[in-house]
Amino acid sequence: MGAVPGTLDVTYKVPRRRHPVLAFALQQPLGTAGLLVIVLMIGAAVFANWVAPYDPLAVDYGGILAPPSWKHPLGTDNFGRDVFSRIIHGSQTALSVGFLSSLIGCTLGAVIGVASAYFGGRTDMIVQRFMDVILAFPIIVLALAVVGVMGKNVVFGIDWNLIIAIGLPMVPRVARVVRSSALAVREMPYIDAARTAGFSPARIIFRHIVPNVVAPYLIMLTASVGQAILLEASLSFLGLGVTEPTPSWGLMLSGSAIDFYQQAPWMIVFPGVAISLAVFAFNLFGDSLRDWLDPKLKL
Amino acid sequence: MLRYIAQRLLLMIPTLFGVALLVFVMLRVMGGDPVETMMRGGGGNVSQAVIEQERVRLGLDRPLYVQFGKWLGGMVTGDFGVSMWTGKPVSQEIASRLQLSLQVAVMATVLAILISIPLGTLSALYKDTWIDHVVRVISIAGLAVPSFWLGMIIILVLLSYFHWHPPIMFTPFFENPRENLAQLIWPALAVGYRYSAVATRMMRSTLLEVLQEDYIRTARAKGVYERLVVIRHALSNAMLPVVTVIGLEFAFLIGGLVVTEQVFNLNGIGKLFVQAISRSDLTMVQALVLLVAAFFIVVNFVIDLMYAWLDPRIRYG
Repeated sequence: MGAVPGTLDVTYKVPRRRHPVLAFALQQPLGTAGLLVIVLMIGAAVFANWVAPYDPLAVDYGGILAPPSWKHPLGTDNFGRDVFSRIIHGSQTALSVGFLSSLIGCTLGAVIGVASAYFGGRTDMIVQRFMDVILAFPIIVLALAVVGVMGKNVVFGIDWNLIIAIGLPMVPRVARVVRSSALAVREMPYIDAARTAGFSPARIIFRHIVPNVVAPYLIMLTASVGQAILLEASLSFLGLGVTEPTPSWGLMLSGSAIDFYQQAPWMIVFPGVAISLAVFAFNLFGDSLRDWLDPKLKL
Repeated sequence: MLRYIAQRLLLMIPTLFGVALLVFVMLRVMGGDPVETMMRGGGGNVSQAVIEQERVRLGLDRPLYVQFGKWLGGMVTGDFGVSMWTGKPVSQEIASRLQLSLQVAVMATVLAILISIPLGTLSALYKDTWIDHVVRVISIAGLAVPSFWLGMIIILVLLSYFHWHPPIMFTPFFENPRENLAQLIWPALAVGYRYSAVATRMMRSTLLEVLQEDYIRTARAKGVYERLVVIRHALSNAMLPVVTVIGLEFAFLIGGLVVTEQVFNLNGIGKLFVQAISRSDLTMVQALVLLVAAFFIVVNFVIDLMYAWLDPRIRYG
């Protein structure tokens, strides 16, 4: 294209559009580290049968309380079970409980938050007071009370009452954050336009408001998984969460582990490291996701 | 101001009523049968007639609204009922353990304040230097490490290097303060780490925000010593959210204690709560949950009042 008289020859430098994952990795190195750990954990959980060198339930009375060695990288417990294999299999419990409870708790919270913001007025007032009531319970007290009163309800190998107990405390917290985001969206002109066009509340909520509060929802979701893993470990430690023989990190720390403090410190050190690392990874990733998607969001 | 206080106090009543109702419904409608747990839990063979008799004795045969009314009525007069497990008054059981849990909570709070304010301030003042990085890693880790596991590690270290064992008997503060503090400092540290991590993060982020304000630039431009700028202008304005976090975490500390008390073999509220749940001791669970929730609501109220005291710009009318 030659120079046309009377026009300016301007070359634009088009900003390179990087793949979003790559862009995230470059701008949030800590979050990416967290994400890597999460991916590794998911891999370990999915392929646990191949990754773990032993059957997590295999009892070997000839080799109880063996210190870490090439044969048993993290030692064995008081039943001769391989600690490393139990930690690998324990990630299945931690992740499934963590993800499911966060998904259920945060989604319910988001729905309540959006609905409360959209309808406003009296509905909003009543819903918010109800959320305040739930917020008045410390998380673990609420979860313990739910587990305590509802007992177990195992379907597909997952204790759904435990999922509810861990997900319930998230509901008001997510509802509060999503509500305030949705309140801002509600005042946007395009919502008025949709309303004037005669769309139903359901359509306005799901097509116009929900897509605009996805960012806080996703941020809360990631942050919740770490907390859920921590809560599952605490409940299992107290004997009110996952029960034997299912391998769970919290369960590995409870009961007999305390009696073998001195003989077998590896029994308490490594499961705790696994819990901390998992929660740490989700917190790092959640923090970076917030900085990336919505830096002003206050959780 | 007085009007505001009165208003807030009145508003607490419906919230507390809601909490009481929720707890009651949860325990009585969905919960297990305490009599079954007590009499048949150990595999004992007890006839149905005995069970029915026991249910009548505990008032569990009455309609739910009557039970709820009785419970509420009792609480108004300060009667929290009788433990379904031990038969002793609930208030007596709780009172004997509250002192211990409260002391650990207060000690953890003091630790958190002593750790978080200087660390958070340093981290903000030396942003993006190695000091900041170290503080941030320590505080993010504090959110990830389970307090009960930290407690176990503390015991492990003390045991291996100092041959210290968690004592079986609890020494009250007024009997032997030294002994008492030596005993409770470790659980306080275990729950206090997470606590101070939360507060440190808040201190850092609010101080960073405040340091961007115009009045800080003005103060510096006037030639005020940097030390004075930080202490008088920045810190005093950054304290509000930190106070909130410290207060809220204090109210929620009882949650951390539930698990940590097991590790240190402390006979406090947390241990009582776990026991009451596994025994289906409904009256005890109800009273404890309500106590904790009421505590949270009151602390929230106190935080709001402290706002006005810390920041004269806030006026409640």
